[in-house]
Amino acid sequence: MSGQTLYDKLWQAHVVFEEDDGTALLYIDRHLVHEVTSPQAFEGLRLAGRTPWRGDSVLAVPDHNVPTQNRAAGIADPVSRTQVETLEHNVDEFGLKFFPMRDLRQGIVHVIGPEQGATLPGMTVVCGDSHTSTHGALGALAFGIGTSEVEHVLATQCLWQKKSKSMLVKVEGDLRPGVTAKDVVLAIIGRIGTAGGNGYAIEFGGSAIRGLSIEGRMTVCNMAIEAGARAGMVAVDEKTIEYVRGRPQAPVGALFEQAAGSWRTLVSDPDAPFDKVVELDAGAIEPQVSWGTSPEMVVALSGHVPDPEKETDPVRAEGMRKALRYMGLEAGTPITEIRPDKVFIGSCTNSRIEDLRAAAAVVRGRRKAENIKLAMVVPGSGLVKQQAEAEGLDRVFLDAGFEWREPGCSMCLAMNADRLEPGERCASTSNRNFEGRQGQGGRTHLVSPALAAAAAVAGHFIEPAQLEG
Amino acid sequence: MQAFTVHKGVAAPLDRANVDTDAIIPKQYLKSIKRTGFGPNAFDDWRYLDPGEPDTDNRVRRRNPDFVLNQPPFDQATILLARKNFGCGSSREHAVWALDDFGFRAVIAPSFADIFFNNSFKNGLLPVVLEEEEVDDLFQRVSAEPGLEIEVDLQSQKVRVPDGPEYRFEVDSDRRRRLLEGLDDIALTLQHADTIRAYEARRRREAPWLLQG
Repeated sequence: MSGQTLYDKLWQAHVVFEEDDGTALLYIDRHLVHEVTSPQAFEGLRLAGRTPWRGDSVLAVPDHNVPTQNRAAGIADPVSRTQVETLEHNVDEFGLKFFPMRDLRQGIVHVIGPEQGATLPGMTVVCGDSHTSTHGALGALAFGIGTSEVEHVLATQCLWQKKSKSMLVKVEGDLRPGVTAKDVVLAIIGRIGTAGGNGYAIEFGGSAIRGLSIEGRMTVCNMAIEAGARAGMVAVDEKTIEYVRGRPQAPVGALFEQAAGSWRTLVSDPDAPFDKVVELDAGAIEPQVSWGTSPEMVVALSGHVPDPEKETDPVRAEGMRKALRYMGLEAGTPITEIRPDKVFIGSCTNSRIEDLRAAAAVVRGRRKAENIKLAMVVPGSGLVKQQAEAEGLDRVFLDAGFEWREPGCSMCLAMNADRLEPGERCASTSNRNFEGRQGQGGRTHLVSPALAAAAAVAGHFIEPAQLEG
Repeated sequence: MQAFTVHKGVAAPLDRANVDTDAIIPKQYLKSIKRTGFGPNAFDDWRYLDPGEPDTDNRVRRRNPDFVLNQPPFDQATILLARKNFGCGSSREHAVWALDDFGFRAVIAPSFADIFFNNSFKNGLLPVVLEEEEVDDLFQRVSAEPGLEIEVDLQSQKVRVPDGPEYRFEVDSDRRRRLLEGLDDIALTLQHADTIRAYEARRRREAPWLLQG
């Protein structure tokens, strides 16, 4: 018998019941909840007279709508405020664990899950949010669901699922200096395309992935959905176990050691068959910048805006033309000549302490360029913010003319007050460059924290090592 | 849930690949705590020339005459023809609610993003996957004869064009049954309550750390 993939193992351990056609009732260990995709689910529960099956599986937090400054004044937008208050009411009514807006532990749901040890290796983790794939970095099976499924998990602790196909994305070799987890995942999406992972669960492997920190692996898994895969995951190793040790919701003492023994089996067997294998040479990956309106529209920082007239597929060429029009870019322009108006460092992709350290290292002792109207840093959680301040990173950013904000999703999707104005161009460490994502008419370039910081200093895209002074 | 058996209606061609759920329903409308009322803001950025907020009166906003769903007879369409990877990006079920509220009963495309595909079934909106050439053929027919009514038959798993071809589509048997009968997913699952409890009891013995708060 051939070996099992990590995905096979996680899947098999959670099957409660299986129909003849292979549809399985899958048990969910951890259910993360935020204010945007849950109100209708709680309402459905109430209307049917149901209560949560296992309330202690839930961790709820407001993140999408929360303001990132002057939090003492509350939420100014009444519609946003109602949504957050609705979550507060629901967690209170059903007795669910909740970090309110002013709690130090509040933050982006995908940052606080691992930070609290609410996400553990070997778990199934769901949330009404597509970036739930982030949690796969800990060797968990984690994926985003819609609101009907949020209600279903609340009511039954389970989901009906068909098993996905398995894909191994193997990145072998050493990354060049200055190339980060964000560049790796953007390069992967550029290679397989935004639909390349449709129908697959992706395991990221190879020496370059093993070489990443757990936070770096989270950045990679976070964007699995941008390649079309609901779930991304990385095998457990000693880094994973050390990351989890001592987290507030992690097991302690002998139970931790027992758990760790079980977590060490969460790797794909050497002879495990994958439905598809994609290999990338780590040494060939350059810092990446997106130029268009889909995350697959990326090029190397040293490259140029591509030319649709050279594309042979007509649907694709038309998509490129639309993207260039929207982005206000000419084919052939060197990426390093593109000048952003704003810089956003944050989001569930890149708002953890290592991201902030990487950005601060570029900014230290320098100033924001004149043409940058706003450079904002939004930590992923109150605890990340606290840690950054203990290290003096807030001073580094403030001294350089950046804004230092309170934690939340912020300008990744602009549901709160942080947004681009029509036509504004942004260097952003977030995950989506869709039309209007960061504000109607806004133009997004996806980059790593180091590249975003360098763009803020130079006023255009540039390799951090090329900065003067 | 609203059942789906057979539906015949005007099909609108939305000729772009990778239509994401941010485009189907922009974020400012996700602040609603209801499931209804999203139809007037479906494809908001493409449909209107003026920006909109949740409290904007959509009737006074200028429509973009170039957008297909503003052009009769497509403004009355109940079937959406789309390109590959339709519904990618955010998991927001509001995208399905917006299409449903607009009046769509089915979306035909060569491929769908996984979460959108799942969400559709939960709301009685049928996502139909056809081969790329078949979708191309439908685009051509609908463009040549605007107002052409297409029939989507879940019972026999066929898309029919009057006086034209008939295309078979696949849909997994469990989903098909639930949709044909309009079954309540949660009630069905709760029939397995004892099995779920037995699973939990076993896991509490084997791996208790997974079931801690």
